[in-house]
Amino acid sequence: MYNFELVKPSSVADAVSALQGEDAQALGGGQTLLPTMKARLAQMETLVSLSHIDEIKGVCTDDQGRLCVGGGTTHAAAAEALSGYPALASLAARIGDPAVRARGTIGGSLANDDPSACWPAGALGSGATIVAVGSGGSREIAADDFFQGMFTTALDEGEIITEVKFPVPEKAAYEKFLQPASRFPLVAAFVAKFSDGVRVAITGASQDGVFRWTEAEQALSSNFSADAVTGLAAPDGSGMISDLHGSGDYRAHLVRVMTARAVTAAS
Amino acid sequence: MPKDTGIGASSKRREDVRFLTGKGRYTDDINVAGQAHVVFLRSDMAHGRINSIDTADAAAMPGVIRVFTGADFEGVGTIPCGWQVTDRHGEPMQEPPHPILAQGKVRHVGDPYAAVVAETAAQARDAAEAIVADIEELTPVIDMKAALADGAPKVHDDLKNNLCYDWGFVEENKAAVDEAFQNAAHVTTLELVNNRLVANPMEPRVAVGDYAAHDDSSTLYTTSQNPHVIRLLMGAFVLGIPEHKLRVVAPDVGGGFGTKIFHYAEEAFCTFAAKAIQRPVKWTSTRGEAFMSDAHGRDHVSKIELALDADHNFTALRTETYANMGAYLSTFAPSIPTWLHGTLMAGNYKTPLVYVNVKAVFTNTVPVDAYRGAGRPEATFQLERVVDKAARELGVDPVELRRKNFITEFPYQTPVAVEYDTGDYNATMDKLLELIDRDGFEARRKESEARGKLRGLGLNCYIEACGIAPSQLVGQLGARAGLYESATVRVNATGGLVVMTGSHSHGQGHETSFAQVVSDMIGIPEDQVEIVHGDTANTPMGMGTYGSRSLAVGGSAIVKATDKIIAKAKKIAAHLMEASPDDVELKDGAFTVAGTDKSVAWGDVTLAAYVPHNYPLEDIEPGLEETAFYDPNNFTYPSGAYACEVEVDPETGKVDVISFAAADDFGNVVNPMIVEGQVHGGVAQGIGQALLENCAYDENGQLLSASYMDYAMPRAHDVPMIKVDHSCQTPCTHNPLGVKGCGEAGAIGSPPSVVNAVIDALQSAGHDVTHIDMPLTPPRVWAAMNGANATGGGGTAHGRSVGAGDTATH
Ligand SMILES: Cc1cc2nc3c(=O)[nH]c(=O)nc-3n(C[C@H](O)[C@H](O)[C@H](O)COP(=O)(O)OP(=O)(O)OC[C@H]3O[C@@H](n4cnc5c(N)ncnc54)[C@H](O)[C@@H]3O)c2cc1C
Repeated sequence: MYNFELVKPSSVADAVSALQGEDAQALGGGQTLLPTMKARLAQMETLVSLSHIDEIKGVCTDDQGRLCVGGGTTHAAAAEALSGYPALASLAARIGDPAVRARGTIGGSLANDDPSACWPAGALGSGATIVAVGSGGSREIAADDFFQGMFTTALDEGEIITEVKFPVPEKAAYEKFLQPASRFPLVAAFVAKFSDGVRVAITGASQDGVFRWTEAEQALSSNFSADAVTGLAAPDGSGMISDLHGSGDYRAHLVRVMTARAVTAAS
Repeated sequence: MPKDTGIGASSKRREDVRFLTGKGRYTDDINVAGQAHVVFLRSDMAHGRINSIDTADAAAMPGVIRVFTGADFEGVGTIPCGWQVTDRHGEPMQEPPHPILAQGKVRHVGDPYAAVVAETAAQARDAAEAIVADIEELTPVIDMKAALADGAPKVHDDLKNNLCYDWGFVEENKAAVDEAFQNAAHVTTLELVNNRLVANPMEPRVAVGDYAAHDDSSTLYTTSQNPHVIRLLMGAFVLGIPEHKLRVVAPDVGGGFGTKIFHYAEEAFCTFAAKAIQRPVKWTSTRGEAFMSDAHGRDHVSKIELALDADHNFTALRTETYANMGAYLSTFAPSIPTWLHGTLMAGNYKTPLVYVNVKAVFTNTVPVDAYRGAGRPEATFQLERVVDKAARELGVDPVELRRKNFITEFPYQTPVAVEYDTGDYNATMDKLLELIDRDGFEARRKESEARGKLRGLGLNCYIEACGIAPSQLVGQLGARAGLYESATVRVNATGGLVVMTGSHSHGQGHETSFAQVVSDMIGIPEDQVEIVHGDTANTPMGMGTYGSRSLAVGGSAIVKATDKIIAKAKKIAAHLMEASPDDVELKDGAFTVAGTDKSVAWGDVTLAAYVPHNYPLEDIEPGLEETAFYDPNNFTYPSGAYACEVEVDPETGKVDVISFAAADDFGNVVNPMIVEGQVHGGVAQGIGQALLENCAYDENGQLLSASYMDYAMPRAHDVPMIKVDHSCQTPCTHNPLGVKGCGEAGAIGSPPSVVNAVIDALQSAGHDVTHIDMPLTPPRVWAAMNGANATGGGGTAHGRSVGAGDTATH
């Protein structure tokens, strides 16, 4: 680890201003950033810890009935507080291990946008809205616009995720096939059925990060059953991640299997 | 009746209290006043020529004491190899030097080429980044068969080629074996890979070197399974320090699994540097360094052929194996694919003719050496897979085919040099079948089918040679060391004992089981016996712990030393009771004279030994302390039968191990609970090898599975409840305890049954898959079922067990 200054603001405003400094970076739960720093793959002047900002922690319901999860809410706290959205609670409850869930945050996960992360699938599959605050103030970003490829999001430099607003679907489920070493998803599918249609978000599979499997969404919107998915061709494997843990074709195959299983679990 | 103390009792492991409460004293807990820290700069390329290393900037960084490169070690010895194999043509193996820091070339990712010693580890790391090395990238050799092709780049420029040796065993049998194949009614052939593994002990390696100017002596604290071996190898061959000026301490060691047997460059570096800078020097491996510097295990690519006659008798066996040595020869590397592998190819079967060919190959990868089982898992895997395949091809019951060919008469001289003293392979098979309810399998399969899963049952036998080893025999086979063990038993005046053993415990529970043996022999409570190990300063010359040798060889030395103690104590007791020593008996801690009511307590005798007022000083010396060395006259041969049931998810290829049963014959058992724990651990590692663990390199020699993000270790939920039975006991005939050793059996015996079970599951659903290479990951199983590509990065790799690619045979 290289040397850095650690600041611990207690308000979003202070955090945003601290992040304007030269070479400053936000620290959520540190479950991704700290290992990277330990391996000397990340270096910053100032590390701005978001762990002491109470206003970005916890879950509430807004006037549209959306569940609003504070950006600094840990996976464990979210799993407990999201009883109104069991599929999402279950997603949070299955991230990593207890130590990871006790520290890691939804904001850190979405900002990091690991192609195999769980929260991006929950956010995209729910059609969530991400609230980001930066020096220019606060703005809302639709999940459909937020994820822009592996480790790439719509966040501007110095912006932090303060809240994520989740519309609650009629039915939903998250099915995760584990990469045996890291236990991140090798492929996972988040399926959510709303009154006006079905959303299917896939993580772990694509070289472009989390994506919506639109063919499945269409098929499921008219027939919400596993058969509707198994009847589809698997997505093209050539754009899928191909590595030690599975070829692109295997991942493409799992996209279909996990989506069908999520539909069954949601039904 | 289970006993509650002594031999046969499941005494609780006394060492666990300190391990489980954080009170263990590991090498990293040792901090010597004034110590400096070293960080190694390791190659990030697999093969490169070192043009220059500029350390000037690094040397000027804060806290830096000195920067070392290979040039500092010219004139210093190189890391020696402890075993010389002679090839098929009578020539010694090719043996390249292994410098402490790379000289001229770097030869694998992780090869250290510079070292920074600084006040703190962080300062050393900062400075290491300031070293400017001009290293010209060379084409690496990764695939073993490609490494042997004409014109292949050479790992060591001064060697003829990348072939360490081409070994034939038994060479004289080759023609007869070939002829038997020509006359065979049936031949079953299988090509397979024994996947490269990273041992991953919980505690990474650590070394602390210390130099005392006042008496010109050196001390090395190190995570070793055998401190005396390190003292000898490092002292005599690397640094030129006589043994009386060198102390090696291996305190609590957090698991070894073989990879802490070997003498490593970092140990020699810390010892050397401590003298050079006149300060203690400490190195603590990171987990990332461990992946690229701890010796790896396995990594064989084999072809095995089994010849049978019309009655399904095995008539001959022929194998050809490529064994990866990595970039340098680790301490025992050459012996693993030869004497610990070829000699086991007869297995449990009376196959009259066996020929084993092994080509050991240098590649630009981390050195490969012993890992739990060491050679014997590789032998067992080939043999038990090919027997299973033969049964399938012939349409016969795999159990009956095995039984038909079992060795049933002992002692049995195999055609591959070793002589099995005892065993009863039908008994362990019978016991296994009792444990697994084979008759109920079809019903269980149907039940799995109803849930959409394919169920398979796989079983296998194993035999291993452990209790390593008769010194004269291994000397003839090329070992550059003896393999006896030693013990000193010191009885104190007040009756307690200290047993100083040359064996080393790094999780096996010796402090408990060795004490059980001694307390049983004398008839005093176990807590009166203290076991001391791990420090060359206070234990007799020992060869350490590996090859399931500690109880069989180290325990036998303890028995011999304790026998001497008892013999002397009887003389003292006889004097005290005015009787003849021949009439004195020792039982339950008291000496009695047969046919009288005379009795003296153990403590009275030990006190007399040290306060010899009433004592036969004219006949015997005061004191009660004896040393014994024990050199076994044969290996021991644990054996058994294992079975496993799996469920395969046909949609994803994921394999779940549903149940596992192990029926072992370990001879006599000193502590059944510890034995069960050893089997559990071994089976977990075997399941890990079969389903999860894969040390993979890409074609450029980059280590793909270099952290736990990519190297899958078995976790609790990957391992089912394991039924363990060791009630079949044919005691070893040639050691005093009748014990055979149990440390490696689980890892040796389990991989074939897992793979056999998966093949059984796939075949039951009509998939004509006869083999899948380990680890049987979901994509590999899925690909085998669907004729597709399983993984990215490298295709089928037949000269390479280490690639990301994979093979399934249809
Ligand atoms: C052993 C292990 C297993 C894991 N398994 C899983 C798994 O199964 N599924 C899964 O999804 N994840 C998994 N993770 C990752 C984990 O979920 C992390 O918590 C998450 O990826 C990052 O969140 P964090 O709060 O720890 O962020 P940090 O590590 O602190 O930061 C990550 C990045 O996000 C930025 N950042 C942090 N918070 C904010 C914010 N509020 N606004 C803007 N930027 C921010 C940081 O600057 C940094 O760039 C695992 C991690 C570990 C160590």
